[in-house]
Amino acid sequence: MTHLLDVDGIPRPQVERLLELAVEMREARAARRSPDLLERETIATCFYEASTRTRVSFELAAKALGATTVDLAIAGSSVGKGESLVDTMRTLERTGVTVAVLRHGSAGAPWLVARETGLRVVNAGDGAHAHPTQALLDALTLREALGTLDGARVVIVGDVAHSRVARSNLHLLGTLGARLRVAGPPAFVAGFDAWPGVEVATTLDGALDGADAVMTLRVQLERDAGSGISSVADYARAWGITPERLERARPGAPLLHPGPTNEGVELSAEAANGPRSLIGRQVENGVPVRMAVLATVCGAVA
Amino acid sequence: MTFLLAGARVVDPSSGEDAVRDVAILEGRLVDPAQLSDDAPRVDAAGLVVAPGFCDLHTHLREPGGEGAETIASGARAAVRGGFTTVCAMPNTSPPLDDPDLLADLASRAAGAAARVRFIGAVTRGRAGEALTDVAALAGAGAVAFSDDGAAVPDALLEAALGAAMASDRPLFEHAEDPALAAGALMRAGPTALRLGLTGWPPAAELACVERDLAAAEATGARLHLTHLSTGAALDAVRAARRRGVRVTCDVTPHHLALTDAWVSGDRAWSWEEPGDVDGALAYDGRCRVNPPLPARDDALALLAGLADGTIDAIATDHAPHPPERTLVPFDAAAPGLIGLETALSIGLAAVAAGRVPLPVLLAALSVRPAAIIGEQRSLAVGSRADLVAFDPVATWTVMPETLASRSSNTPLLGRTLPGVVRLTIADGRVTWNDGILAPRA
Repeated sequence: MTHLLDVDGIPRPQVERLLELAVEMREARAARRSPDLLERETIATCFYEASTRTRVSFELAAKALGATTVDLAIAGSSVGKGESLVDTMRTLERTGVTVAVLRHGSAGAPWLVARETGLRVVNAGDGAHAHPTQALLDALTLREALGTLDGARVVIVGDVAHSRVARSNLHLLGTLGARLRVAGPPAFVAGFDAWPGVEVATTLDGALDGADAVMTLRVQLERDAGSGISSVADYARAWGITPERLERARPGAPLLHPGPTNEGVELSAEAANGPRSLIGRQVENGVPVRMAVLATVCGAVA
Repeated sequence: MTFLLAGARVVDPSSGEDAVRDVAILEGRLVDPAQLSDDAPRVDAAGLVVAPGFCDLHTHLREPGGEGAETIASGARAAVRGGFTTVCAMPNTSPPLDDPDLLADLASRAAGAAARVRFIGAVTRGRAGEALTDVAALAGAGAVAFSDDGAAVPDALLEAALGAAMASDRPLFEHAEDPALAAGALMRAGPTALRLGLTGWPPAAELACVERDLAAAEATGARLHLTHLSTGAALDAVRAARRRGVRVTCDVTPHHLALTDAWVSGDRAWSWEEPGDVDGALAYDGRCRVNPPLPARDDALALLAGLADGTIDAIATDHAPHPPERTLVPFDAAAPGLIGLETALSIGLAAVAAGRVPLPVLLAALSVRPAAIIGEQRSLAVGSRADLVAFDPVATWTVMPETLASRSSNTPLLGRTLPGVVRLTIADGRVTWNDGILAPRA
């Protein structure tokens, strides 16, 4: 694996290996014994869209494994002068960068960089398309909570149509054996009845019925705000996750959210901070999962 | 220019001829072989197909304003390299072709080009969709048709535009797309767009506009030509309108016949083949972005059927050259369109080889039928001015920047080996492409 562009098509044994590796990395990091696997690598975080947890956790993951890191500060770089993505990435390559961790607003941007440069590319989120490391950390978090994903009913609630997190989770959780259901207002789930193996629920109660785990998505107020929903308040009433609504799911079914949360919109503060919430656990798994990904992409582990 | 093409398969859709015979050319005219002197050069044309010169109804030459991507001269060289002896230049240049003086200037620049270059005038000034151009004056200066290609003619101007074109006995070439339904679209709606996270283009965007245009053509009696149709539903609407007597013609592009929306995800199978193993590394190639977008496979097959049954009058390339900096960008930033003059015949021959369309039907849609739409004649009968292409349908070539005469090489077919090599193109009595089969000064 020289790039991690998408989780679509990664065979199950390779996914299992990545998750095992993430657990090893987590243990090593907790013991402050992370191996210097990447001391020859120079890893650039290139975030063309804002991010806190993804960017920071990639940087910490790279540093933990001994890599040299550099952050492409978009605002202060040639990008602001109109330099094209390919030219910027070629420039980084010439300066000695070996791995680009790329977040970009355009679906497919990492494919372009992978084709046109010699960089190893890790997709840290491209448009509405994919967010592979988020799906990996979600899979790890869920699997540790449930024991196994085989046969588990996982429900994703929210703006699935515009969500790279949802798409990557549909691929990856499906690979790991989960039964998947998506739910939201019609514009948020349009077309997903044709996604292989996915069922679409049209009410929250119907969606939560029998769910082993629930993932709710951020209402992207900054992107297409309001499109497809009548109002944020209506959305919160119909689709917001509260401890009471969660009672429809299986007893103890955990709640996930990729963050950052809009408390009071897609989930209540009580749900976000309640006993079923794995949101903190997701963030904690972010660094070790990204350590596993970087080590794998760089060929530093078997 | 006098020589004999000996033993060619002559396919002349103007007469229905499909026979092996000699083709004699004397001073740029087709003659009876007996009229040639015994020392006239003789070219062994066994295995070659000779057809009337192709006519492209939809070409972007980028001059003026985009000469880095293509010029009239380079586009005309690409044309004859692909067997086209006429190209019709779309008016979306910079400035747009909305003025008779500019048309006269461009026509004089095109005078020595390798192919006949005809011009399509803009429907609205500046292609801004607000006020009609002086259609009669543009027609007088030589415009063969009118179009605001890139966008449909707005509702408020449609009947007036059709009326003005009709008064000058010209067709309106319509890019049929409802702007509201297509807003923000990046590729054809469907499972592939959903998976790739790209905003989908609904086929209704084409059908709604086609129905509107057909109703207006019916009301006015004007000649409507629908360019680059991409859906089976639009073809059905054309069939129904013809039964009502509407004067409508239509074309499709080679890429809407042979490529599919799966190409955006990295598939490289022709539409008539079972979808192949997707090479994910090829996904999101900006050179697969085009408007209308590459069709769903069912629509591509419906277009092939419409070509075979004659519903589709013409194959038009929508040759759209772009420099690398406009296609080597993320998919949503890529300039839509791909080059097509030099690959159109090859794509058509691949469809012929697959049994999807008979060769004479393909050649009619490339030559005689489009030519008739702009009032040009094509014939291989003795006595005609020589305007023809001779090609080897079996030989192959590989699409590479250095094998293309176009200044641009933006096509997802780059690197692909295709059937069909044009050996000789004679445009209006002049040899303007000769792939070594004819000795110099023949």
